[in-house]
Amino acid sequence: MIRLDGVTVAYRGRAVVRDVDLRISAGERVALIGPNGAGKSTLLKAVTGLVTPVAGSVELAGRPIRAMSRLAIARTIAVVPQQAILPFATRVEDVVALGRLPHEDPFRGAGPADRAAIAAAIERVGLGHLLGRDARELSLGERQLVLLALAVAQAAPVLVLDEPTVHLDLRHQVEAMDLLVDLNERDATTIVAVLHDLGLAAHFFPRLILLDHGRVVGDGPAAEVLAEDRIRDVFGVDPAHVRLGV
Amino acid sequence: MTMRGDALAGDRIGSGLFEGVRRRPVILGAVGMVVLAVAVVIGVAAGSVAVPLGDTVGILAHRLLGLNVTQTWAPSAETIVMDLRLPRVMTTLVVGMGLAVAGATFQGLLRNPLADPYVLGTASGAALGAAIAVLIPVRTLIFEFGLLHGLAFVGALTAVTVVYRLSRISGIAPMTSLLLTGYAVGSLLAAGLAMAMYLSGSGLRQIFAYLLGGFEASSWIRLATTTPLILGATALIATRARALDGLLLGEEAAVHLGVDVRRERAILLGLAALVTAAAVAVSGLIGFVGLVVPHVVRIAVGPQARAVLPLSAIYGASLLAFADVVARLLGEIPVGVVTAVIGAPFFLFLLRRARTGYEL
Repeated sequence: MIRLDGVTVAYRGRAVVRDVDLRISAGERVALIGPNGAGKSTLLKAVTGLVTPVAGSVELAGRPIRAMSRLAIARTIAVVPQQAILPFATRVEDVVALGRLPHEDPFRGAGPADRAAIAAAIERVGLGHLLGRDARELSLGERQLVLLALAVAQAAPVLVLDEPTVHLDLRHQVEAMDLLVDLNERDATTIVAVLHDLGLAAHFFPRLILLDHGRVVGDGPAAEVLAEDRIRDVFGVDPAHVRLGV
Repeated sequence: MTMRGDALAGDRIGSGLFEGVRRRPVILGAVGMVVLAVAVVIGVAAGSVAVPLGDTVGILAHRLLGLNVTQTWAPSAETIVMDLRLPRVMTTLVVGMGLAVAGATFQGLLRNPLADPYVLGTASGAALGAAIAVLIPVRTLIFEFGLLHGLAFVGALTAVTVVYRLSRISGIAPMTSLLLTGYAVGSLLAAGLAMAMYLSGSGLRQIFAYLLGGFEASSWIRLATTTPLILGATALIATRARALDGLLLGEEAAVHLGVDVRRERAILLGLAALVTAAAVAVSGLIGFVGLVVPHVVRIAVGPQARAVLPLSAIYGASLLAFADVVARLLGEIPVGVVTAVIGAPFFLFLLRRARTGYEL
């Protein structure tokens, strides 16, 4: 589904992602982990076509991403936006509805199928109690859930998330992870998530990709990728401080 | 979070939640069309020579709809209505529509509630162009437009082009860069305008009258020249509602929702600038319509461009038509003064009672 060959991304001449080869098959559930500045978010930007690599190639569903229109990419990959600032008062359901932009008729707007997808996303993420409220008045965590629902409504075969749980309390973290597992197992959505919480990554994701200094330094199940010497080398902390529950 | 997608519950939310809200823009659109029709009739009837409402409706029905109405009015009334008042009212409608749609576009594009049609240098460019035209001792008329209107139009478009080009070579985020560049260029042009006004001597009053805006000089020919431009560009803006909706969440999110942001920004900017330039050339600088109307519409129906753009068009047209009636009844005072006096308090009132705690 996602194929990277020798991808290098540089900002102002400084390589942030270096020579990354990666295969993610349809239906996989993958967590990208690594310390700050390891290049996780940049790698995601290359996968979603937001940045163009200086070297290497990115393919989505067998097509080079350079040859795809924005609309075609948006129908293939849904990205949970980072915290968004809305310039105007916008109801929660209207924010979620934006997820249908790649699908709806550009002139007639949302049709019955779009409205059903919006309603289902709201139901699935559990936003019923927030309907009708201005999304700008919600807490950071609630807004994060609204944006998650937007991406769910987008209903693309691949769902990409960058730190989807930072503002969530413990219960919502677990619920968000459960939702990702459900989308993956029941709807066969390919999930790629950047996570800082190694515990969540280890518990909810069968495959972890560890990045350090822009390179892939570990790829496999948690027990393998999060071996004690790796944690010491990459994160620079005593593994005794990290309880992963693997 | 329910782990089983409950289709029934989904349907319930679907019908219960969206139906009422979805119908609201349609209802408001219908109400707006009635308001618009009333504005036309009153706009045609009111003035220094009052034409009775019944006669006004009769003349309009007879001449525009081709209805066989018994003629109860003097021929002079028909001349006033058809040759003086109707073109004027139609011009206010077209300009009001254009300004409101351009304002909604600039606000959405720049993601800035304080944006209006004049934000990226169009106003100062047009003003400087007009002032220069007054200084040049050439008097030409093409389609009843003078040098002043021509240079105002060119000035507005040139200013936006310069702002857009300059903004692209800066290192900061495109939207911020556009706003800041617009401010800088606008300030520079304002200095030029001040200089031109200082040098204009007896032409000062003419420049000033233009800056304040008005519709006294409306005619069918002028209307016929401006309307295709404003109507066409406005319609093209409406076809790009999806891009404006995507931008609600920011540029990056818009890209992820399938919007080619760089391309759409250039297109929408060009169209909105064209509408503004044409409006400014025909009627001078009229404030508040482009700022207030889109906000009022958003408070009523939410920020989706597909609803905001057409409703802004309808209500912007009505507002300016009514404002021009007031301006006329008060002895041809500048219509920009009227829009500000009506618009500002109404806007403040709406801000206070907006249910969702509207903030700028």
